[in-house]
Amino acid sequence: MKSYFTRKLVTYGLTFFVAVTIDWAIPRLMPGDPIASMLARASLQDPQQAKAMVAYYNETFGFNTPLWQQYLNFWVQLLHGNLGVSIWLFPTPVVDVIMRALPYTLALLIPAITLSWIAGNKVGALAARRKVLDNTVLPVSYLLTATPYMWLGILLAWVFGSELRWLPLSGGYAFSVSPSWTWAFVHSAFWHWLLPFLSLFLVGFGGWAIGMRNMIIYELESDYTHYLEALGASQRLVRRYAFRNAMLPQLTGLALALGVIVAGALVTEVVFSYPGLGYLILQAIQNEDYFLIQGTFLFIILGVLVANFAIDIVYVIVDPRTRAGMQGSRG
Amino acid sequence: MALAVDDLKVYYRTLQGDVRALDGISFGVGDGEIVGLAGESGCGKSTLGKSLVRLDGRMRYVEGHVTLDGEELPVWNTNDMNRFRFKSISLVPQYAMSALNPTRRIGRMIEEVLESKGVSFEGLSPEIERRLELVGLSAEVLGMFPIELSGGMKQRTVLVLSTLLNPSLLVADEITSALDVSTQKAVARALVDFRRRGFVNSMLVITHDLAILHEISDSIVVMYAGRLAEKAPAETLVHSPRHPYTQLLISSLPMMGARFSERRLTGIPGRPPSLLDPPAGCRFRDRCPVAFAKCAEQPPVVEVDSGHQVACWKAA
Amino acid sequence: MAVTDPEYPASVLVPEATAGPVLPGGGPARPAAPRRSGRREALHFAFRNKKLLIGLGTVCFFLLLAIAGPYLTSYSPTATVGPPHAHPSSSFWFGTTTFGQDVFSQFVHGLRATFIVGLLGGSLAALIGMVVGFTAGYRGGIVDEVLTMLTNVVLVIPTLAVLLIVAAYLTVRGVFIEALFIGLTSWPWAARAVRAQTFSLTSREFVDVARLSGIPDRSIILREIAPNMSSYLFMTFILLFGGAVLIAATLDFIGLGPTNGMSLGLMMNNAVLWAALQLGMWWWFLPPGLGIMAIVGGLYVMNVGLDEVFNPKLRDT
Repeated sequence: MKSYFTRKLVTYGLTFFVAVTIDWAIPRLMPGDPIASMLARASLQDPQQAKAMVAYYNETFGFNTPLWQQYLNFWVQLLHGNLGVSIWLFPTPVVDVIMRALPYTLALLIPAITLSWIAGNKVGALAARRKVLDNTVLPVSYLLTATPYMWLGILLAWVFGSELRWLPLSGGYAFSVSPSWTWAFVHSAFWHWLLPFLSLFLVGFGGWAIGMRNMIIYELESDYTHYLEALGASQRLVRRYAFRNAMLPQLTGLALALGVIVAGALVTEVVFSYPGLGYLILQAIQNEDYFLIQGTFLFIILGVLVANFAIDIVYVIVDPRTRAGMQGSRG
Repeated sequence: MALAVDDLKVYYRTLQGDVRALDGISFGVGDGEIVGLAGESGCGKSTLGKSLVRLDGRMRYVEGHVTLDGEELPVWNTNDMNRFRFKSISLVPQYAMSALNPTRRIGRMIEEVLESKGVSFEGLSPEIERRLELVGLSAEVLGMFPIELSGGMKQRTVLVLSTLLNPSLLVADEITSALDVSTQKAVARALVDFRRRGFVNSMLVITHDLAILHEISDSIVVMYAGRLAEKAPAETLVHSPRHPYTQLLISSLPMMGARFSERRLTGIPGRPPSLLDPPAGCRFRDRCPVAFAKCAEQPPVVEVDSGHQVACWKAA
Repeated sequence: MAVTDPEYPASVLVPEATAGPVLPGGGPARPAAPRRSGRREALHFAFRNKKLLIGLGTVCFFLLLAIAGPYLTSYSPTATVGPPHAHPSSSFWFGTTTFGQDVFSQFVHGLRATFIVGLLGGSLAALIGMVVGFTAGYRGGIVDEVLTMLTNVVLVIPTLAVLLIVAAYLTVRGVFIEALFIGLTSWPWAARAVRAQTFSLTSREFVDVARLSGIPDRSIILREIAPNMSSYLFMTFILLFGGAVLIAATLDFIGLGPTNGMSLGLMMNNAVLWAALQLGMWWWFLPPGLGIMAIVGGLYVMNVGLDEVFNPKLRDT
């Protein structure tokens, strides 16, 4: 088990290192110098605050500092939690801007991922057993999973928001309320959350259902299942083993899909103007706020790595072979 | 008579029609007897073995009766068969190497299987360990995952598990085919030993390896193209077979000590007929060196001697 | 999102797509059996497989529309040619946008871009994935370790995030750049799958024979191993194609697509941006979404069908 975790941590560490390096390197490779022009604009607005930003800029991007020192400074700032100052929302630090948006994205992602995975697996397993269910679940799931995230969002927004007017079309909460722990806010936030959540949930659900259905069918055709049946073991036991074994690749698949799911959440937020990281990125792009874009990028990477690690831990719990020190793969 | 098979027919469903893999076979296994079932690939011996325990997805029961210890086995109904499986009739499968759930420790798996059949694991625990030792495995095996065992070890574990509830009839399907020669010997010995100790009553050993059968079985049944060709006590079948197919089969076996210049190794030219649309009459006709006009009609199984049956016009 | 570990015997394989819903797998790749002579048999079954025909038919239909479509309309996709917000009519088959642009024209031009990016991006990803996968699977040892680490690193990084950063800094972008990005970031899944298959094939005797005869490694991979996996490789490519289409749509949707030209994702972007939802201009956002859904869905269904064609075990009933 130790080697299992060591490997994973090394991979994640390496990935983070690569990601930070990419983040630092890209602006320097791009033609022109967008940052300098932005800074020029900012200093005209508020010279006092601009000093902090210029200082950050000089240390990490500045022409006077040698390249390797720029790189080191970038890391130092990063480890201090300083991702620079937002240009668009000047003078708010990037980290603060991100923190304001983060809860909304998490509120979408975490329920959507867990619920769609669990529900998809359950329904997929059921569909593998009952032909009748299978005939409806399969085509619907294929349709759902072939749907681009944003389009399902658009559809739902149009049908429920625009045509039927049952649910709000955009925003994280109504204009009349402001973020606070009041009933009015929570109530409003929930209704605004429902459609984007539903959009993410449905697409994910389709994919997991198909995957699980196929996995269960595969497990039910395996030799160990046949042997169990030859021994007259109960169908319950057969199904339990099949489900348990089918979950493993589904879990691995979840880790593989994280990047995709996060991307899906981001675009869904854009459709609904939902104030999470996705919407933030869109606005950052439109406003050419490069520090914000970079900061958000690093945040997303970190989040994905953490989530991957969490799944790895769950995998160790679910696959007993990893605890016994073996590679968790099919014998 | 422990097992009585009466005109059993089991076909395989395919897109092109029914493959008549088992086309009317009748024989019996006596109390405490080890009967070997031999024949080339596709002769139906595996189909027979499987249909006694559990019909595959593709298999279709057509007609026939199977009686075990006087009670009819409802082989056509998989749910009804469940109470017989493992307790009265048990299978050691061809795929024993992959028959164990890869994500469960062996002991835990055995416990859960027993529990699902309403048998207490604790009660049997000492017996399980005893039997494992008999086949040369230590009790530690119970705490391991299948991936930690070698092929031979898995085979023996499955052997112990399948015979755990002392079934009346054990069907052993090609259990030595994937093993090296010394392990084959060990497994064959274990089979006989199990019978001697009363773990199993009778056995049906399915294999294409006549040499093993000669070693351990009391009688041997030779099948060809879904039908019975000959059944005789092991010694008789090997030394004085009556059916032309059996004769050719025996003589095509390499003999120890024989040199090529003295004795040519011959096979049987030709191939078995397609079972999708089998020819009328004796199915060995096309390859038989002594076939004659009457062979166009299916020969009945005739008892030519005590315990010796042949399905051939010439031999009867 | 059906994404199962590609090292799993395939029929349950669901490749990780990319920035889009993950594809459900139909693609099985049981350890491929040497079947070069099975081509005729495969064709025979191919023409009878409903899923393959429906999927292929759908994709071909849109392909034809992409090729021929721009000639059917005399309007330029970006020019103002009619009254704004117009419903579909005989003069504007898909209606017009807020600016009076012809939606149908945008649609068929967008289809073109979609196919180009999908094809190029998918091909590049397939190429890289195969090179990495074959090398890692065939060589094993330290080469494998290094390549696997590389694959895992690229795999974990959310591709959209990287593309965001890169695309944001590039002020002028073309279709080829977009395809390049997509190709460079979506290969890990294919690499893993190819590696797993190569492992199982490399351990077979016919490879040992080839090695003993002194045939150079690259030849062995190209002539002995790859042909035995050809069906699997083809299906992998199809899934990568679909994935590329989805990522491209997503990128375009956030505004990081090609700076000139039209694409389906861009149509949706504009639609949302200009309140098409609130104004109920369904003709603006439904066609692009449906188009992508149909093409990607068609590709998936094709894949399931192909799997049945190549794998006799799945063929019955």
